[in-house]
Amino acid sequence: MKKAELMDFDKALELYEPVLGFEVHVELNTKTKMFCGCANEFGQGANTNTCPTCLGLPGGLPQVNRKAIESSIRLGLALGCDIAETSRFARKNYFYPDTAKNFQTSQYDEPIAFNGSLTIELESGRQVTVEIERAHMEDDAGKLTHKGGATGRIQGADYSLVDYNRGGVPLVEIVTQMIEGGEADSPEIGKTYVAAIREIVKALGVSNARMEEGNVRCDANVSLRPRGSNILGTRTETKNVNSLRSVERAVRYEIQRQAALLSAGGTITQETRHWHEDTGRTSAGRPKSDADDYRYFPEPDLVPVAPSREWVEELRATLPEPPAARRKRLQAAWGLANLEFQDVVNSDLLDAVEATVAAGATPQAARKWWTGEVARLANVAGVAADSLVRPHQLAALIELVEAGTLTDRLARQVLEGVIAGEGTPLEVVESRGLAVVSDDGPLIAAIDEALASQPDVLAKIRDGKVQAAGAVIGAVMKAMRGQADAARVRELVLERAGTAE
Amino acid sequence: MTDLIKLSAADLGGLLADGSVSSVEVTRAHLDHIAAVDTDLHAFLHVAADAALATADRVDARRAAGERLGLLAGVPIAIKDVLATRDMPSTAGSKILEGWIPPYDATVVKRLRDAHLIPLGKTNMDEFAMGSSTEHSAYGPTRNPWDQERIPGGSGGGSAAAVAAFEAPIALGSDTGGSIRQPAAVTGSVGVKPTYGGVSRYGAIALASSLDQVGPVSRTVYDAALLHDVIGGHDPLDSTSLTDPWPSMAAAARAGLADGALKGIRIGVVKELHGDGFQAGVKQRFTETLALLAAAGAEITEVSAPNFEYSVAAYYLILPAEASSNLARFDSVRFGLRENPTDGPVTIERVMAATRDAGFGPEVKRRIILGTYALSTGYYDAYYGSAQKVRTLIQRDFDAAFEKVDLLVSPSAPTTAFKFGEKLADPMAMYLNDITTIPANLAGIPGMSLPMGLAPEDGLPVGLQVMAPAKQDARLYTFGAAVEQLLETHWGHTLLSRAPALAPLEMFASEEGVL
Repeated sequence: MKKAELMDFDKALELYEPVLGFEVHVELNTKTKMFCGCANEFGQGANTNTCPTCLGLPGGLPQVNRKAIESSIRLGLALGCDIAETSRFARKNYFYPDTAKNFQTSQYDEPIAFNGSLTIELESGRQVTVEIERAHMEDDAGKLTHKGGATGRIQGADYSLVDYNRGGVPLVEIVTQMIEGGEADSPEIGKTYVAAIREIVKALGVSNARMEEGNVRCDANVSLRPRGSNILGTRTETKNVNSLRSVERAVRYEIQRQAALLSAGGTITQETRHWHEDTGRTSAGRPKSDADDYRYFPEPDLVPVAPSREWVEELRATLPEPPAARRKRLQAAWGLANLEFQDVVNSDLLDAVEATVAAGATPQAARKWWTGEVARLANVAGVAADSLVRPHQLAALIELVEAGTLTDRLARQVLEGVIAGEGTPLEVVESRGLAVVSDDGPLIAAIDEALASQPDVLAKIRDGKVQAAGAVIGAVMKAMRGQADAARVRELVLERAGTAE
Repeated sequence: MTDLIKLSAADLGGLLADGSVSSVEVTRAHLDHIAAVDTDLHAFLHVAADAALATADRVDARRAAGERLGLLAGVPIAIKDVLATRDMPSTAGSKILEGWIPPYDATVVKRLRDAHLIPLGKTNMDEFAMGSSTEHSAYGPTRNPWDQERIPGGSGGGSAAAVAAFEAPIALGSDTGGSIRQPAAVTGSVGVKPTYGGVSRYGAIALASSLDQVGPVSRTVYDAALLHDVIGGHDPLDSTSLTDPWPSMAAAARAGLADGALKGIRIGVVKELHGDGFQAGVKQRFTETLALLAAAGAEITEVSAPNFEYSVAAYYLILPAEASSNLARFDSVRFGLRENPTDGPVTIERVMAATRDAGFGPEVKRRIILGTYALSTGYYDAYYGSAQKVRTLIQRDFDAAFEKVDLLVSPSAPTTAFKFGEKLADPMAMYLNDITTIPANLAGIPGMSLPMGLAPEDGLPVGLQVMAPAKQDARLYTFGAAVEQLLETHWGHTLLSRAPALAPLEMFASEEGVL
């Protein structure tokens, strides 16, 4: 197949206006599946968390998971949606072997949440309000593994294996209205919107929100309309774009690809497209027409979900502060510069820093330690920074530094001890004997010895060449195995050099 | 000794409780009779003789150990093959499930086992319960014990025939549009479709989810009530299961035996469900029964349900639509038949298609095609949507009628049992046979069929259908027991005692005993 030609991005925007739309699937972290009592977890053997219902066996029937409804309502509320007084499940009928019943239990014309909006802020400071058409509940499909083919796709495979452990896991699908006027910001809008959704579901605690594990999955719809036209172009739907950066890249790629095709007189095929992380390209999936007929009809095995207004209001009261507002508030309160604060946010350490500040640390020190030494150690260990050390322990460590008990260098050793499970920072200081020596006696002895062994340095100091004291300070710090406050040592060196006269 | 197979489940329960007989004896008697007659009758698709005797033995041991057991403990029962049983194949009468043994029991089956009933085996049915004659069973039809050239009704012809032919005292059925009541009518037995949501559907292989209901099949109203009490009540595994507390149906049936139980009961005769198109002998027995009821003090009035005329049309849109989706899971991937295409590439789509082509019979295919069409974009409103509106209108007709009367009655079926092949070539004729029973399913209300005599022209059983408002199943049992007593007193015998004997060998054996 001929390589898709790309048009220069700026050129593409001169000729066409991009129109976007996103469908974000959020996997809820309920204990059990959407419609049966099977555990919502993977990792054991294939098909272990299954039952007649999620395996689609004859006679199996669904039961709605109340917690999943609760999570969906909270998510809907956080997106500014109306919550339906009565909402219904519907069957979306299509044959595919990862869908045990050969229909997906989803929602059609009566979703649980609708008419919301989410305002996001781009790096330029531009605010974009994304209108949310609906957020509806549905069950996830199982996982297919294709064996024997070169590409891992079903085409060309010798056989395929199905694991239904994921089949029936609760999903909320959030569907935006068309997003117009994105212009050159379109790729960033995609990335920022998905990031905002991810941040919200994380703050709500309704999902593990790990994109790399598919907890949050994005389908990006892109179409182009020629400048001056008011007729929408044909759209493509790039499926399962599973990182923020990929969302940005995929939107940009589709704009450039479609622009090249259209300007060469070609037409866009309405289809799904696959995103290839390695090449940064999309490739054609299956054709998708508006006439795709899923033969939706109300799910007769389930009764309508009619959340009482009281319950909805109770759930509204449980909503956390919106993440964007919280970020604004915390940055102002902490007095961090934009770059410093972004570093915290991008490292997913906002909660950790906030808790550390709450435990008594200064914001600047908390930021420095989390994004610095802790992040470095976490990176080495290949784990999340906030899993290494508890905020109150880091706060205690920072307190020891600020009290002068530890130097930064000593504190790093203490941190290693804390991470190694040797106890609280104070316990590690004691057990490892790492505290700064604050008694002048041993320092003076060490200084006198160093001065005596370096008479030429002593002479230089006495001649007023104060910078020569560095050599003595270094020797003293070495002799004290670093457990001394260098500033105090300097003071004492000058003092001793003077009195030695 | 009493012929054990002729006894009611209630009487067997009494003999078992007082130790007069053992469950093993009762079970063996039924198994022997099945062995003698079922080759011809073909009510059973599977007979679990060894398992039944082993279970009976365990129940006897419990009783011997002094355990207090339920009223039906140790009583054998036949189970319609639409219900999942973890120790017996569950095929729903279809080749696509041939030999499939589910890894679980349907809730009603679990409740039978918990109540220590003895499952004898699985009974024949039209494939996926689509039919009124068992002629659509992939395993061949069941014969009517009254006339082996005739159909036993359907889809639950196997359960009705098993009970009518004394192969089992009671059985489980399922009723989507009359599959319990119409077979009861044409075999001279009793069948009840409970209120929708009254009995769990978990483990009942779905035909049309919004219409299906599992219910009892028996020879007496009281036996049906006893079985209803065992299987009924809320099941958290069925989201459409009602959480209401239910009164004892057995107590309700006993109340019907009291003197004057029929006095003052307001009975509505549904104008649209008798008259034109109904067999003369059916009409005659219905009229006679109404006269007996009036004489016993019931107030009989005629009520009109103008929207019933659309019920068959609405039903044959809703049912295929839901069935087309419910039957999508039969795809060869996880269970059941797998058929590779005979030529060309072996892709999953082609394997699914080949499997469904080979595994489904013509009536199932017909309804899947109908339902797929009815749900298609552009047709949904005209077909499925309109049908749901009709359903609402029919519910309103019932609501209006039940403001005036306590119960509604009609013949259970327009005709007595028809001959094999008579309606097979004409699906419309077969569908119209359900006209009397369908409205209750569309409205979700309970209905019962009980014998009201033999049609003079052919000597075959005629059934009386009784319908009550939703959740008033107990009212059906009180009234049904009263009518049963009234009619049997009038006849001087039970209807089934007039059924022809099926097994000459057995007759000789008993004559030998007498000699």
